[in-house]
Amino acid sequence: MDYFLTEEQRMIVDISRQITDDKIIPQRAELDEKEEFPNAILDDIAKADLFGLFIPEEYGGFGGGCFDVVLALEQFGRGCVGVATSYAASALGAYPILLAGSEEMKQKYMPEIAAGKKKAAFALTEANAGSDASGIQTTAVLDGDEWVLNGTKQWITNGGDAQIYTVVAITDRSKGPRGASLFVVEDTDAGFSYGQKEKKLGIRASSTRELIFRDCRIPKDRLIGKVGLGFIVVMKTLDLSRPGIASLGVGLGQAALDEAVVYAKQRVQFGKPIIAFQAVQHMLADMAIQLEAARALVYAAAKHIDAHPKDMSKASSMCKVCATDMAMKVTTDAVQVLAGYGYMREYPVEKMMRDAKILQIYEGTNQIQRNVIGQELNKEYT
Amino acid sequence: MKIIVCIKQVPDAKDVRLDPKTNTMAREGVASIMNPFDRHALEEGVRLKEQHGGTVTVVSMGPPQAEAVLRDAVACGADEAVLVSDRAFAGADTWATTYTLAKAIEKNGPFDLIICGKQAIDGDTAQVGPGLAKRLNIPYVSYVRKITAFENGFLSLHRLMDDGYDEVEIPLPGLLTVVKEINEPRVPSLKGKMKAKSLSINTLNAEDIGADANSIGLPGSTTQVVKVFAPVFKGERTMLEGTVDEQVEQLVNKLEPYL
Repeated sequence: MDYFLTEEQRMIVDISRQITDDKIIPQRAELDEKEEFPNAILDDIAKADLFGLFIPEEYGGFGGGCFDVVLALEQFGRGCVGVATSYAASALGAYPILLAGSEEMKQKYMPEIAAGKKKAAFALTEANAGSDASGIQTTAVLDGDEWVLNGTKQWITNGGDAQIYTVVAITDRSKGPRGASLFVVEDTDAGFSYGQKEKKLGIRASSTRELIFRDCRIPKDRLIGKVGLGFIVVMKTLDLSRPGIASLGVGLGQAALDEAVVYAKQRVQFGKPIIAFQAVQHMLADMAIQLEAARALVYAAAKHIDAHPKDMSKASSMCKVCATDMAMKVTTDAVQVLAGYGYMREYPVEKMMRDAKILQIYEGTNQIQRNVIGQELNKEYT
Repeated sequence: MKIIVCIKQVPDAKDVRLDPKTNTMAREGVASIMNPFDRHALEEGVRLKEQHGGTVTVVSMGPPQAEAVLRDAVACGADEAVLVSDRAFAGADTWATTYTLAKAIEKNGPFDLIICGKQAIDGDTAQVGPGLAKRLNIPYVSYVRKITAFENGFLSLHRLMDDGYDEVEIPLPGLLTVVKEINEPRVPSLKGKMKAKSLSINTLNAEDIGADANSIGLPGSTTQVVKVFAPVFKGERTMLEGTVDEQVEQLVNKLEPYL
C-alpha cells in the first residue's frame, strides 16, 4: 500500500533497503550462526548517515523523528532483527540524553552517536528488576564531585560493544519512584566492567551482557537531568522507542510473508503449486492482512508521537503489542507454510521465528504494554 | 588531492538480451545502472579523499539520461559531476571516446588522479582507461586491487596478476583502473542523496570542449562493427577414446581446421 511518504522519507527507505539487501541479508545467516556483532554493517549504516536520523541537526543529525527511525528499522528488521536491534539500541541509549541532558552533555555525546562513531546502550534491567523497575538495586551516591555507582545491570543490549551507557541507579531509596536517577557511564570509566556475553534463542547478531559497577566513580556532571527524575525520563524514552520495536515486527513479518509466498508458488504437491490450495492461500491472506494492519498502526502511532502530544504512551504501547504479536504469528505461520524445509536452518524462516519472540519481551513485555493501555483507558473514561 | 572518476551508465546485466530480429541490444524496459567496476573506482576515490583531503569529480560521457548515474555517484560521496553529452558523440568507439573524455577532462582543469573501472560490462573492452591516459600523456596502472600508500606525490599499488600481484609505484598526475577486489562500495548516504537531488550538473557539449568534429562519434571511430549475433549453443558432445596419445591426436585433428 502507498503511505504517501515525503521525498525525504522515501530516501530513508531507499537507503535502508539497499543496506538491507546488499549488506544485511547476505550476511545474516553467518552472523546468527557465529553469534557475531555486526560491526561492519553498523559502519555501513553510519556512513549512510542513518545513526543520526532522530538527532537534531545542531548535533550533527538529520533532525527527523520517530517515523523516520521507524522507516529505517522496518527495512533493517526485514533483513535481520539481530542487526537491527544493535542499531536500535544505540538510539535507545541516546534518547535519555536528548530528552533530559544538559546542553553541554548533548554537545559532547550527540555528534559522536549521530555519526555512528560511538554506540550507545540503555541500562535499566537487573536480575530482580524486569517489568517491575522498582526492584532496582544499583545505587549512585554523591561523594564530593563524583557519583559512585555500585550494582549489576542484566541483559544489556550492546553491552561491551557500546561506548556510551545511560544507566538507571537509585539515588534515594526512601523516595520510591522519585528516588531513581539517570547517569552517563563511558566504557573507559574505572570500576566499570562487563559480564559474559549471553547465549540467546534469537537475535544472535546482537550482543547482550551484564554491566558491573564496582565503586565506579564518574564526574558529577554525568547526571542526566535532575536527581530523582530518572523514571520519568525512562518512561518517555520507552514511549519514543517502542514504535521502533514495533516496526522491527513489521519488517520481520514482511520478510516472513515474502518467503512464504515465494515458496508456496514454487513448491509442488499433488501436482500443483501449494499456493493453489485454499488451506495455504488463507494462511497467506491472513498473514498479509495482519501485517498491513500492523504497519498502518505503527506508522500512525509514529506520526502521532512526532506531533509531540501529551498522551503518547497508549499509541506507543498499542503499536508495539499489535506489530510484535503479529510478527510472532506471521513468522510461525511462515515456518508452517515451508513446513519441513521451514524448520531447517537452510531456509531463513526458522531464524525469523526465533528472532520474533524477543519482540514480545523486550522494551516492556506485551503484558506490561496491555497494562499501560488499560490504565490509559481507565483514565480516559473518568 | 583532486580526483576524477570516470563512470559509465550501462544496461543492468541481469536484463541484457538481444533483439532476435535486429541482433542489437534490446534497450526497451531494461534498467540502467552505474557500471559495477566504476562503482569500485568511485569508492576508492572517495576513500582517498577521506584520507588525504581534496575533491572527487565524476565524469560521464553519455546521453542526457546518464545524469542519473552522476547523481547516484554524488549520493555516494562525489563532490561534483560533469556530463559530457552531445548528439555528435553518438556511435563513438573507444578511440573516439578517449579523445572526447580527454578533451573534457582538460577543459575541466588540473587534476592529480583519474580512476576508472577496469572495463564496462557492456563493451567489455578495458581500453578506455589506458587509452585516456595515453591521450592525456600521463602514466597509468591497470587492474589495481589495492592502494597501499600515498607519499611524496607517488601512489604505491598492488596490480592484480593471474598468478599473484605486482607492487607498483606511480607518480601523480596519473591514472588507475581498478578491479572489484579493491574495496566494498558503500551505499548512498542520506546527506549525499539530499545533495545529489539539488546539485546542478555541469554539462559539456562538443563545442564546449573544443572537439574536432572528425575525431568524435561515428566519424571519429576506427572500429567498424560488421555483424553482431547471438551465439547458438548447439550442445554437441563427442567422446574421444583410446590411449592418451591417441586422444590427443584425435583432438588436434579436430581443432586443426579452425587454426
